[in-house]
Amino acid sequence: MSERGYYGEFGGAFVPEILTATFDELQLAFETAKQDPAFWEEFVQLMGSYSCRPTPISYAENLTNRFGGARIYIKREDLNHTGAHKANNVMGQGLLVKRMGKTRVIAETGAGQHGVATATMAARLGFECTIYMGEVDVERQRPNVFWMERLGATVVPVTDGSRTLKDAINEAFRDWVSNMDNTHYVLGTACGPHPFPEMVTYFQSIIGTEARKQILEITGKLPKRVYACVGGGSNAMGIFSGFLADDDGDKRVELIGVEAGGHGIETGQHAARLASKDASIGVAQGYKTYFLQDGDGQMKETHSVSAGLDYVGVSPILAHLRDSGRVRFEAATDKEVIEALALTIKSEGLIPALESSHAFATAFKEAPQLSSDDVLLINQSGRGDKDIFTVADAFDDPKWEQFIIDKAAQYQARAAARRSS
Amino acid sequence: MIQQYIEQQRQKKDILLMTHIVMGYPNFDACLKLVDEMVTAGVDLMELQIPFSEPIADGPVILKANSEALASGVTLEQCFEFAETVATRFDIPFLFMSYYNLLFKYGTARFVERMARIPLRGAIVPDLPPEEAGEYLAAMDSSELSPIFIYSPNTTEARMDYIAKHSNGFIYCVARKGVTGSKTSFSGELESYLASCSQHAGIPLAVGFGVKEKADVDFLKGKVDVAVIGSESLNRLREGGVPAVGNFLRGLRD
Repeated sequence: MSERGYYGEFGGAFVPEILTATFDELQLAFETAKQDPAFWEEFVQLMGSYSCRPTPISYAENLTNRFGGARIYIKREDLNHTGAHKANNVMGQGLLVKRMGKTRVIAETGAGQHGVATATMAARLGFECTIYMGEVDVERQRPNVFWMERLGATVVPVTDGSRTLKDAINEAFRDWVSNMDNTHYVLGTACGPHPFPEMVTYFQSIIGTEARKQILEITGKLPKRVYACVGGGSNAMGIFSGFLADDDGDKRVELIGVEAGGHGIETGQHAARLASKDASIGVAQGYKTYFLQDGDGQMKETHSVSAGLDYVGVSPILAHLRDSGRVRFEAATDKEVIEALALTIKSEGLIPALESSHAFATAFKEAPQLSSDDVLLINQSGRGDKDIFTVADAFDDPKWEQFIIDKAAQYQARAAARRSS
Repeated sequence: MIQQYIEQQRQKKDILLMTHIVMGYPNFDACLKLVDEMVTAGVDLMELQIPFSEPIADGPVILKANSEALASGVTLEQCFEFAETVATRFDIPFLFMSYYNLLFKYGTARFVERMARIPLRGAIVPDLPPEEAGEYLAAMDSSELSPIFIYSPNTTEARMDYIAKHSNGFIYCVARKGVTGSKTSFSGELESYLASCSQHAGIPLAVGFGVKEKADVDFLKGKVDVAVIGSESLNRLREGGVPAVGNFLRGLRD
């Protein structure tokens, strides 16, 4: 591999020898596609006809009035097919898989959104599909598992390590080293070995390209601040891409990445790699970035109410943008996130995913500091319907609880009848 | 240096055996007995794996040993101390096997100095290709330790030459695609791959991944210098304890 994908000191390609040729092939396919204007056109066309692009920007008037500061706008990635920005990356990589002539795709998933999106793409484009998902996440995101299986994917629960996203990534790599001849690994975020961070950012940049144009049309000016949640960092890289160059004087667009504060930074139970001082530079899962690790270099367990942000590493591009001062990082706790979600549902009738609600929580804290001339843009990376079990627990909703009890009783009776017959 | 050792031993034996243990699994006492048993059984070289939380190139058997060792509280310092115990007690070359983050976090140069003091003879770091290994290669060179790199069935011939340029001691040929511990077909296809490895390496070759029985070792005789026994020792350990591993290893070259 000639070009190794470094962003400052972060990134690289720390891949086992067995995958070197596969990465060379992927890099060549990606570079060739990028230079072919017809490829991007095909991508935009597909996203317009199959997903819901361009996704709109909504003005959140009620939230704006409530906080009395900046005017709050929301980029609606939740309106993509399958309910999140994940569709952008997945369909893009799917087109690349067709070009490479491979017939099978594999993917890791945390919240399940990337898994569902990949399974959808595989169904549409006619690929075999296997999804690796941490056992813990299988438990908390059962509805997504249900849909992946209906879409024809095989879902493999990963029982190693912390049984979350990072372990699903390791397992997907283990599949790939055996089956690279016919298989492409659709990595879901802007992490991993080169060219994944660049490639995922490239497909997700459609968010930022649209958003910059739309916000200028709607408000006549650039936003003062743009907020995005950060797990691996793909939705953040997507929307930030549109504004990275807006870095001068009073036209400067401030970019804020919001990580999972979990139970609070001080408890150590969080997934704040860039917003806390708990992470240090390391090399794992094929790339160099900030990881939440112990003094020996073993990865730590992370915590977040949202499966999609519950990850030990972070995009090497974002690590570089943090260290160079271009992106500021904050963390929102589980509790703040649930409050922000409840408020957004009631005030605007929008249901952001728990992941996206992190961006809302921090934006709400900061909106009153700005003036009503200022525009603030939040990336609603996904919709929250999928989180109904987690959110209902967090809201402690007694009617929901009763519904589950009744449903369980029905299933138990049905299972008992099946056994006796 | 390792290369001379391998060449000297090869005067006496058709093929050498390199085994592998995961330090701290199932515990350090058992590991010490295991190393003793392996050396007594005539093993010529040994890999000491430092457990890591993300062992991306390892299959289920070694993966499980890694996570169980870490869950029982094994630390890097304990692994250094264990390596020192076996390297001073037993008269065969020992190598570290682990993932790059453990070296990087400790400080690569400092880590390599520590290896030299133990004294180890080399290291296998499967997620560190030569392209990313500048600091490591310089440190290994100045400590006169062997950096062991890997050939795989889809490594191009040009890349084999490139890897050979940075290698020292021997090159580890992965017998097939996939992770450690699965089945390998010891066949004509493997034979032509090994011939190509041999032609480009210019130094001794070791073959691992799926070497499980005497027939596999017999197949490799005359084609390479070292057969690597990894996951299968762990399987035998789990089934029959330390003595079973010794019997298994003795049977491979009878």
